[in-house]
Amino acid sequence: MYNFEYHKAKSVADASAQIAQKSEAKLVAGGMTLIPTLKQRLAKPSDLVDLNGLPELKGIKRDGNAVVIGAMTRHVEVAESAEVQKAIPALAYLASHIGDPAVRNRGTLGGSISNNDPAADYPSAVVALNATVITNKRKIAADEFFTGMFETALQAGEIVTAVSFPIPEKAAYMKFPNPASRYAIVGVFVAKHKDGVRVAVTGAGPCVFRQKDMEAALAKNFSADAIKSIAQKQDGLNGDIHASPEYRAHLVGVMARRAVAAAG
Amino acid sequence: MPNVTMTVNGKKMSGAVEPRTLLVEFLRETLGLTGTHVGCDTSQCGCCVVHVNGDGIKACTILAVQCDGADVKTIEGVANGDELHPMQAAFREHHGLQCGFCTPGMVMSALDLVKHNKNPSEQQIREWLEGNLCRCTGYHNIVKAIKAGAEAMAKAR
Repeated sequence: MYNFEYHKAKSVADASAQIAQKSEAKLVAGGMTLIPTLKQRLAKPSDLVDLNGLPELKGIKRDGNAVVIGAMTRHVEVAESAEVQKAIPALAYLASHIGDPAVRNRGTLGGSISNNDPAADYPSAVVALNATVITNKRKIAADEFFTGMFETALQAGEIVTAVSFPIPEKAAYMKFPNPASRYAIVGVFVAKHKDGVRVAVTGAGPCVFRQKDMEAALAKNFSADAIKSIAQKQDGLNGDIHASPEYRAHLVGVMARRAVAAAG
Repeated sequence: MPNVTMTVNGKKMSGAVEPRTLLVEFLRETLGLTGTHVGCDTSQCGCCVVHVNGDGIKACTILAVQCDGADVKTIEGVANGDELHPMQAAFREHHGLQCGFCTPGMVMSALDLVKHNKNPSEQQIREWLEGNLCRCTGYHNIVKAIKAGAEAMAKAR
């Protein structure tokens, strides 16, 4: 690992100022992606600004018809939250299947979505639940937040502070995990809202995306049968030693049908 | 170099570290606590699991400076003097180790499991061990040991 200067942020404003002052500074949340990246010397930040220990970024609360989760809330806290389990059990299930227990004790919601790994679980929930990403500067709709592989709408000095997840009528997440890393080879989050159905796919492409053919079919008839003839196109999907684009396309259909069945 | 102070196995410990020093390096190289092992160094194998403020975490994937002021427990802090912790005793009784390299991480993860689930089923134990690899593939006895250890801990309570 290359060396760097370390700063423990005193507040969100302090963290924002610190990363704005130094062009090569990086924020660290749970560090479950960043620290391995630094160890491989794939990144060389001049400074690390640590968001751990800021109480204003933590916590889970019900706000009307939404559950608002602080950016530094750990996966284990979402998985075990009675509030999340009651309001959006699919979200608690998703959090309980990220990585392994030690990773869930450190990894955070804000870190996961800001990094926007193509195979991360959380982006699918943010998109399917039509969540709003709250930053220190503004609110960003889920459909505008994830812009490409490891790319988001976040600007310099902008820090995710919380995510507001509207409570759906029903939802479920199904993933086909990589057996070593537990990242999604393909993960599909299906959510039925009062005004329609959203189907978000992670792991399959360079960035989370909505499967709009399935959304339209499920809006008319919310059943696994309704989407059995909808084939995911394999153009532009990821291919690697674990799964070809063709196989990933097939898995999108399988995971989507299982998710619809699980949502009930 | 920044100076860090943390409570390790109940004792205040300090040392100067570079910001890039990992917690596991600080424990092993600065403090000489070599019970915490480095297996893969890529957050997969779980040999380096320790407890930081009560949570099981991979000490190869956290910086020592991030643990400034924290309460850290390593495998060296689990037994009560010469008396093995019930979880350690269960690993011995059920032959939950072959070469022993993964054992410190297995025991620390098992104790984290019991914190979340006092009476884990075999299935729950197996799922919990997703992040702990045994290259001897001795999982059956590790699972048996953790089940027995959890039961012994429940009885001792």
